[in-house]
Amino acid sequence: MAINLTEVAADRVKSFLQSRGKGIGLRIGIKTTGCSGMAYVLEFVDEVDDTDEVFESQGVKVIVDPKSLVYLDGTKVDFAKDGLNEGFQFINPNAKDECGCGESFTV
Amino acid sequence: MALLQISEPGQTTAPHHRNYAAGIDLGTTNSLVAINRSGQVETLPDSNNQHLLPSVVHYAEDSILVGYSALQLQASDPLNTLSSVKRIMGRGIEDIKSLGNILPYEFDGNNDSNVPRIITRQGSVSAIEVSAEILKILSKRAEQTMGEALSGVVITVPAYFDDAQRQATRDAAKLAGLNVYRLLNEPTAAAVAYGLDQQTEEGTIAVYDLGGGTFDISILNLSKGVFEVLATGGNSSLGGDDMDHAIAEWLIKQAGIEGDIDPFMLRQLLIASRKAKEDLTLQETTQIKLKELDYSISLDREQFNHLIEDLVNKTLRSCRRAIRDAKIEKEDIQNVVMVGGSTRVPLVVEQVGHFFGCTPLCDLDPDRVVAIGAALQADVLAGNKPDQEMLLLDVLPLSLCIETMGGLSEKIISRNSPLPVARAQEFTTFKDGQTAMAIHVVQGERELVTDCRSLAHFELRGIPPMTAGSARIKVTYQVDADGLMSVIAEELRSGIKADIVIKPSYGLTDGEVESMLRDSMSHAKEDIDSRMLAEQQVEARRVIEAIDSALSQDGHELLADDEYNSITTARDELEKLIPEATTEQLKKAIKNIEVISDNYVAKRMNASVQKVLSGKNINEVEI
Repeated sequence: MAINLTEVAADRVKSFLQSRGKGIGLRIGIKTTGCSGMAYVLEFVDEVDDTDEVFESQGVKVIVDPKSLVYLDGTKVDFAKDGLNEGFQFINPNAKDECGCGESFTV
Repeated sequence: MALLQISEPGQTTAPHHRNYAAGIDLGTTNSLVAINRSGQVETLPDSNNQHLLPSVVHYAEDSILVGYSALQLQASDPLNTLSSVKRIMGRGIEDIKSLGNILPYEFDGNNDSNVPRIITRQGSVSAIEVSAEILKILSKRAEQTMGEALSGVVITVPAYFDDAQRQATRDAAKLAGLNVYRLLNEPTAAAVAYGLDQQTEEGTIAVYDLGGGTFDISILNLSKGVFEVLATGGNSSLGGDDMDHAIAEWLIKQAGIEGDIDPFMLRQLLIASRKAKEDLTLQETTQIKLKELDYSISLDREQFNHLIEDLVNKTLRSCRRAIRDAKIEKEDIQNVVMVGGSTRVPLVVEQVGHFFGCTPLCDLDPDRVVAIGAALQADVLAGNKPDQEMLLLDVLPLSLCIETMGGLSEKIISRNSPLPVARAQEFTTFKDGQTAMAIHVVQGERELVTDCRSLAHFELRGIPPMTAGSARIKVTYQVDADGLMSVIAEELRSGIKADIVIKPSYGLTDGEVESMLRDSMSHAKEDIDSRMLAEQQVEARRVIEAIDSALSQDGHELLADDEYNSITTARDELEKLIPEATTEQLKKAIKNIEVISDNYVAKRMNASVQKVLSGKNINEVEI
């Protein structure tokens, strides 16, 4: 079971955490909303829950709750640019179908 | 493909319902947009990696250009390339005339409204429409960057902007299709960018803003989440451009250039001077090369400091005045925030630090600090910061007043009151049987209405006839959180009412509004003098009014002819004195007439008492 960040993504997360001034890592998860079933969650983490799984990828702590992990195992998180827009992108082998915008997916 | 940003813990929103809120610094020369991306608040660059957007709009045959592309056309097509329109935001046609020739545009003479319109090849446009074009570009940039529409924006305005100028800024945003969470004062935004609102509960902050062409100093007081503007000051034609000119003049002298300098040469000189100024921010010395003249000279920082010494001292004099206006001591100021590109000049930082006796805050990019503060505030207003409940409150920039007899301005809500606010005051009638009252709403700090800005006129009609002074008219001023003002006038005995919602009428008074505050300080003495004179004039008219009314009722009945005549002579003399006499002379004349009519007043009193008592038993009289 693992979730990985690309080097670029990890660098960005580190710099965001640093400028935020607090936080121990990055929470990756899913929630059941969105236009096709589930949507990704991407948050700073100030406190780790007992049940959370913690991975280390490229020097960044990645925190995932066990329910989300089922749908996210093997996911790679990248940081991409598209014109002026830039942000994080999920490459999830579990997703069968994504909505046009890529913010939500079905398994 | 959606690219995601990192949210605060627990703040992930549903897809397509993100709360992206941007801060916009809508400047005279340059504008910027900033936003919170994954917890980092930054200004956003365009596709050429330029953060600044020149506040210039070019009206071409079939398109509108904004920014650098418009700036390039300024020299070749000046009449269709509009810049610095912020200077005429919310101003009336009369104001534009008094601004003189600083804006070289053709204004449309035949339009009905009081909003000045500039003629371009695409028809006439107002400053609001031009500003909307700039806002559109910036919000589009933010939306492209975030990949989603903005939920709202915070736009910054100078602290000295009055209601009309603020309303014009809101109108521009509306025209650009933006939801304005609020307008924020520029110095306040700068203080927010440095987190000064988070650090301390209370404190006094100076914001020193030296831009390309303007200098502003603001003294702010932070208390329980409210930033209050204690004083503003500055110089609307002093800035970094003047430093370039100082170097250019020195160059002309050193290179021995004589006679007239053509515009092209002057521009080359200024470009070289500007580059030298920028080099000297980090270097101790720089080489200036004038290719056209095959001339080269070195300029060191010491010499440069000497050239700009006077300019810097001028700004410090404004600071001293602002501190005095704020009625505080220099030592009360805990922090000085540096804003504007020209604060990069080492001498400026050094002198300002020396003057205020503390190290100025200049870690953030002084060009971007205002936009960053606005973005931070926008993020809070959009509800993205659950643990920071800090909401900065707006305060009233200038007092709201009512005109009273004699052209005096009576303050109903004084400036710096936090919004929303409502205040009421009672007034009465001046003449016997007066059935209507004109209400004139004005804004400003001066004692006479003619020195304030007129906002609205309306009338309360149908007051039942009563003797002067017995009607009770309650006037309520109310300003909501959006800065929209309403006025209600009610006669309390009869319950008749009139009200008005004020969309500040654009520009009704002459003169620059930004100077209103400064004027109120510098004219304090003469204002009080003219107020006292006007008060005596009103008193004199009231006395005449009362005498006339009394004499016509029972003058001949109660008075001997010589008594009657001496009263009317004194009355006529007083009337003649009103337009020309001094306060003291009027006071004396009023006193004199009171003495002369003393006997008459006593007789009237007796007569009316007799009237009440005659034919009545002592038990019937209520005491």
